[in-house]
Amino acid sequence: MAEAPDKNLELLKLKIAIAGNPNSGKSTLFNVLTGLNQKTGNFPGVTVDKHSGSSKLKRKNGSVIMAEFIDLPGTYSLNPKSLDEHVAYNVLCVPNNPDRPDITVVVTDASNLKRSLFLATQVIELQIPVVLVLNMMDLVEEKGMTIDTTLLSTRLGVPIVTLNAREKKGVDALKLLLTETVVPSNKAFITKKNTEDPAQENIERYRIISSLLEGCIKTIGEEKESFSHKLDKILTHRIWGYLIFLFILFIVFQSIFYIAAFPMGWIESAFTGMSEWGSEHLPHTAWAALLINGILAGLSGVIIFIPQIALLFAFISILEDTGYMARVSFIMDKLMRRFGLNGKSVIPLISGVACAVPAIMSTRTIGNWKERMITIMVTPLMSCSARLPVYTLLTSLIIPVGKTWGFFNLQGLILMAMYLIGFIAALGAAWVMKFILRTKEKSYFIMEMPVYRAPLWSNVGYTIYEKVRVFIVDAGKVIIAVSIILWALSSYGPGDSFEKIEKKYQDKEYVLHHSQLEIDNSMASEKLEASYAGHLGKAIEPAIAPLGFDWKIGIALVTSFAAREVFVGTMATIYSVGNTDNTQSIREKMSVEKNAETGEAKFTLAVGLSLMIFYAFAMQCMSTIAVVYRETNSWKWPAIQFLYMGALAWVGSFVVYNIFK
Amino acid sequence: MKRKLNTLAQLNIGEYAIIDSFTDKETSIKLMEMGCTPGEKITIDNIAPMGDPIAVSVSGYLLSLRKSEASTMLVHTLL
Repeated sequence: MAEAPDKNLELLKLKIAIAGNPNSGKSTLFNVLTGLNQKTGNFPGVTVDKHSGSSKLKRKNGSVIMAEFIDLPGTYSLNPKSLDEHVAYNVLCVPNNPDRPDITVVVTDASNLKRSLFLATQVIELQIPVVLVLNMMDLVEEKGMTIDTTLLSTRLGVPIVTLNAREKKGVDALKLLLTETVVPSNKAFITKKNTEDPAQENIERYRIISSLLEGCIKTIGEEKESFSHKLDKILTHRIWGYLIFLFILFIVFQSIFYIAAFPMGWIESAFTGMSEWGSEHLPHTAWAALLINGILAGLSGVIIFIPQIALLFAFISILEDTGYMARVSFIMDKLMRRFGLNGKSVIPLISGVACAVPAIMSTRTIGNWKERMITIMVTPLMSCSARLPVYTLLTSLIIPVGKTWGFFNLQGLILMAMYLIGFIAALGAAWVMKFILRTKEKSYFIMEMPVYRAPLWSNVGYTIYEKVRVFIVDAGKVIIAVSIILWALSSYGPGDSFEKIEKKYQDKEYVLHHSQLEIDNSMASEKLEASYAGHLGKAIEPAIAPLGFDWKIGIALVTSFAAREVFVGTMATIYSVGNTDNTQSIREKMSVEKNAETGEAKFTLAVGLSLMIFYAFAMQCMSTIAVVYRETNSWKWPAIQFLYMGALAWVGSFVVYNIFK
Repeated sequence: MKRKLNTLAQLNIGEYAIIDSFTDKETSIKLMEMGCTPGEKITIDNIAPMGDPIAVSVSGYLLSLRKSEASTMLVHTLL
């Protein structure tokens, strides 16, 4: 019984495209219509996200139709110049494309109807079924305007629905209308397409729009200085504007740095608990080891990012929704443009200090391809929180506690210098890329400054949900795969080398004279040396010797690829300290380590600084690589990034090592 | 009365003018899509603290553009 109607639904699947200007409330309407039944894919051949979602529409007679909505990228026209416009153009204009809609809903900002109708009339002229939505009717009322929709509908030849997507007003009327037969408009506004001179066509189109709107819009009362205008005076003020922006950055940064630390701690302890339970209760087989140290570790490496991603996107969604992000671009554009960046690059760069993963995902708000690419490419140079444990361990190793330089604590000074170096390197790399990256797309800053509005919390929720899901599904796969590979590399060695080590430590004489902890620790150390990762560390030794690194550091460089802070844990294993939480004992072990050739301390100032520079510049983060792959939809960009950052790290370390040697 | 032609970039905050023509074709198409058509009134609403970009009121909404883009738009002020 229950299955029969569902089969009917499949037959009656309607495809509905939603088109409209950016800031027209298009995505809000899409969210209201589809709820959580959304998915994200790619439009064929391009890196533009395709948001689609489904919804059941009820007909007048009570029967139900299944509808699939496609949220087209926001555009101002159908002249295919930018990538976004091209996608919208292809879906609407190219016959036989798989996404070709049965009905197109054109969403317009009713308080700004003249400009909105530019796109709307272009879509109507395609002679496809169109429903025109006049959104933001609340703003129309605020402006003291009335719109004669009946007259406008007759003139345009398409049905019109007025609504306020934020308050879900009028959505039911739209849903009902979509179940009815919508016929294409028989009106043609531009009779002769002037392909030779698009400028002339634009002028003609606006002339026609003006005559279409004549008598349709009435304004009662005079327009007073708007709230947006007053707020702009403060938020783009030459002093207050920057102070407020700095304050907002401070809040965002503190949140993703400190607040996220709590849930991240819970996730970490949950996974530690699980793996401890696993090692106690599961049989000691290779499969259990794979499950615990490979899969579970990889999974925790994915889930650990969720709090930071959720928090950053909560903020970004609020900043976008309120219209503040456009003002950030406005006041920062000139400064950032010098480095080939965009005013909107500031947020990703600053967020990169906490973590490059959510930061790179947030570059989506940068419309210009070149500026977005440069931002993605340089953001990992910002010193992220995973580098902090490495810096802390190394500074404490090479600088005695309490040593000062003038009035300043030298350890603190070095730490600050590392952050500064990352920032300068990011700007420098951006400046260089400005000249290298070529694009046919001209860099425009012609954009709408939307009026300020209160954030819509449901939109914030959808954004968080969407970003977390995309990260887990797309980047998560790569992260787990690399985790398993790294686990295998460090837990298996060639031939019977591991068995020999185990046999050695089973020797009765040896067991008698050492505690279980000592045995475990030195066995782990020897196993790591004998593992494939150990061999890899030794193999790269000639390449890293000029930087002052030996094979032990080489192993740490290899395993750090999982995440930079793994450096500390690997060092602990190599120096057979065991307890990774105890940095004190790792430091002691490392500080007594002797250089095999000179017989002096291995971790000199030169080696320590060189290693810190290496960690500051090198792309040792599989999660970032996975996210760059996901955001650029190609392996080319992460590969270039890996190579250029690696080169920068090698040269930087080489220079620093030779200066301080 | 003689019309005086300026570029949009030369105007100060609060000043308004009527759009006359454009000097760069590609930019002009983009600007016209956004409602900056000849004959339309345009008012300088705001200038970013570093002098660039600028925000203008046109066709009933606020548009921001760089000085370099504004300098391709010729406007006449009614003297």
